[in-house]
Amino acid sequence: MSLKIVVCVKYVPDAAGDRRFAEDLTTDRDAADGLLSELDEYAVEQALVIAEEVDGAEVTVLTVGPDDATDALRKALSMGADKAVHVTDDDLHGTDVMGTSLVLAKAVEHIGYDLVLCGMASTDGSMGVLPAILAERLEVPQVTLLSEVSVADGTVTGRRDGDAASERLEASLPAVVSVTDQSGEARYPSFKGIMAAKKKPLETLDLEDLDIEPEQVGLAGAWTEVESATERPARTAGQVVTDEGDGAKQLAAFLAERKFI
Amino acid sequence: MAEVLVHVDHADGDVRKPTLELLALARRLGDPVAVHLGPGADLAAPVLAEHGAVRVLTADAPEFADYLVAPKVDALRAAVDAVSPVAVLLASSAEAKEIAARLAVRIGSGLITDAVDLTAGDEGPVATQSVFAAEYTTMSRVTRGTPVITVKPNSAAPEAAPAAGAVEELSFTLGPLATGTKVVSREARESTGRPDLTEAAIVVSGGRGVNGAENFGLIEALADSLGAAVGASRAAVDAGWYPHSHQVGQTGKTVSPQLYIAAGISGAIQHRAGMQTSKTIVAVNKDAEAPIFELADYGVVGDLFTVVPALTDEVNARKA
Ligand SMILES: Cc1cc2nc3c(=O)[nH]c(=O)nc-3n(C[C@H](O)[C@H](O)[C@H](O)COP(=O)(O)OP(=O)(O)OC[C@H]3O[C@@H](n4cnc5c(N)ncnc54)[C@H](O)[C@@H]3O)c2cc1C
Ligand SMILES: Nc1ncnc2c1ncn2[C@@H]1O[C@H](COP(=O)(O)O)[C@@H](O)[C@H]1O
Repeated sequence: MSLKIVVCVKYVPDAAGDRRFAEDLTTDRDAADGLLSELDEYAVEQALVIAEEVDGAEVTVLTVGPDDATDALRKALSMGADKAVHVTDDDLHGTDVMGTSLVLAKAVEHIGYDLVLCGMASTDGSMGVLPAILAERLEVPQVTLLSEVSVADGTVTGRRDGDAASERLEASLPAVVSVTDQSGEARYPSFKGIMAAKKKPLETLDLEDLDIEPEQVGLAGAWTEVESATERPARTAGQVVTDEGDGAKQLAAFLAERKFI
Repeated sequence: MAEVLVHVDHADGDVRKPTLELLALARRLGDPVAVHLGPGADLAAPVLAEHGAVRVLTADAPEFADYLVAPKVDALRAAVDAVSPVAVLLASSAEAKEIAARLAVRIGSGLITDAVDLTAGDEGPVATQSVFAAEYTTMSRVTRGTPVITVKPNSAAPEAAPAAGAVEELSFTLGPLATGTKVVSREARESTGRPDLTEAAIVVSGGRGVNGAENFGLIEALADSLGAAVGASRAAVDAGWYPHSHQVGQTGKTVSPQLYIAAGISGAIQHRAGMQTSKTIVAVNKDAEAPIFELADYGVVGDLFTVVPALTDEVNARKA
């Protein structure tokens, strides 16, 4: 049996860095260092775990992003993915979730897939909806937000911990799956993995390769528009007291003054 | 007048508070038309009418419960076709966000998720969002199709605005994608008797400093004295001290209560992402350098094992 797994990974600005907007109100990619979204590491991990169980399984990592996004792909390759595909094109600048999902859909079809694995949300945009949109576009089942996943005999099953209930889900392949940060710690790349990654195939595609018109993506092709972005005023420094026996009393007085008690 | 579709979030007809908030926001844009999918419409309809729904479209089918997300997209799509609304509003729950997203692609419309405010603009609704761990506030608009917008809980106050709320059956057919993902079994989460985390007016959260599952009783006791919900940092959740459903932060819940009390939480960016928009923030931490104090309106540098129980006693004493 063979199993083609495509993992969608995003290259994002480091949350620990200085994240800002550029003048055109897109994410300023120069402001903070980029990296493989930590939440997508969980998707890579689950892809590798699933692939280990199946003879002839192949894990391809896929990203849509700027030139530097190859860093994210290299990291995923060094974790153990077999090959990488990078969709990059100047016309992609400012693409919103609708455009990104279109490109990803075309790209996974180009690669060929039984299973598409995504993270639960990107750590910058964090809409958490792309996997559902991808399923809609590809016309395959969506099996999303899983904290536990397994694949056997052409069926994917998993556990989705929702707000009101925990559900067991089941769908036949091909399908789009997303996994949460509860799905299992992601492995660290080994030295051997890092060395091997340098020799693994990394294919670069542009919009033309995927039959996508420039008008369908980019800032101009977006179906939403950011009109303004303002930095949240820093919270005015509050009062800090050191507990010397009456800290709780002072705090209670503050809460009473604000009418919480 | 223009109509606005509001997807109803409910448990067997018991309407959740975020839906009432949506109705209040919808009234800024036009006449709210509520869409109630699943059982309990007779229970929900009067509540929806009370809060401004001019009509309540209802549909029920076993597939809503037996399959994930997709059947509801089919039904909501039918409602869009029937009403031709100026916008579609949903609450920002995990499920509703996915329904919204699929609906938006299907009808060729732009999507905005996690709005924290909504106003009527000349060119359609303008949504306020908090981004980059709430470090930035953006204003956005949908430029194509019927705006589909999901709104976070606590973004508006529910308003009483009695309207007709005429109940109408929504007819729809399930499409080919509806039954793709089967819900094989469902285990309801046990109710704690405390307010829901995302809806609560007060949240008391514990972090690594709580140092053990058994000590979360201190956090719960303070929460109960204030009628609050209980939250936890990821460190506390990962250690197995408190259930993941209570995690506050980037990969947990976003809360925006009137009062947020963080005990034994350092205030990492991913935690801030989930609580930074709280109106009043209080921190108890023994490290005066902890970043949480940069956010706090009131901070106590001290040991939570003495401060938290003493505060609980103070609150209970003042109430008595
Ligand atoms: C992709 C990603 C997503 C994440 N998502 C989340 C998320 O959703 N939510 C989240 O919370 N984190 C999240 N994190 C983790 C986050 O980065 C922090 O590791 C986490 O928030 C730390 O939790 P903490 O503050 O409880 O622990 P620590 O950072 O260890 O802080 C514990 C604090 O307790 C204080 N303390 C200790 N003992 C006492 C005492 N007796 N009395 C008073 N104070 C005491 C210490 O001074 C310290 O400040 C995420 C990380 C990543 C990479
Ligand atoms: N530009 C991208 N390239 C590849 N995968 C992406 C991209 N954007 C989002 N994804 C995938 O979609 C998931 C959810 O993203 P989002 O809806 O943006 O929060 C991420 O965890 C990724 O798996």
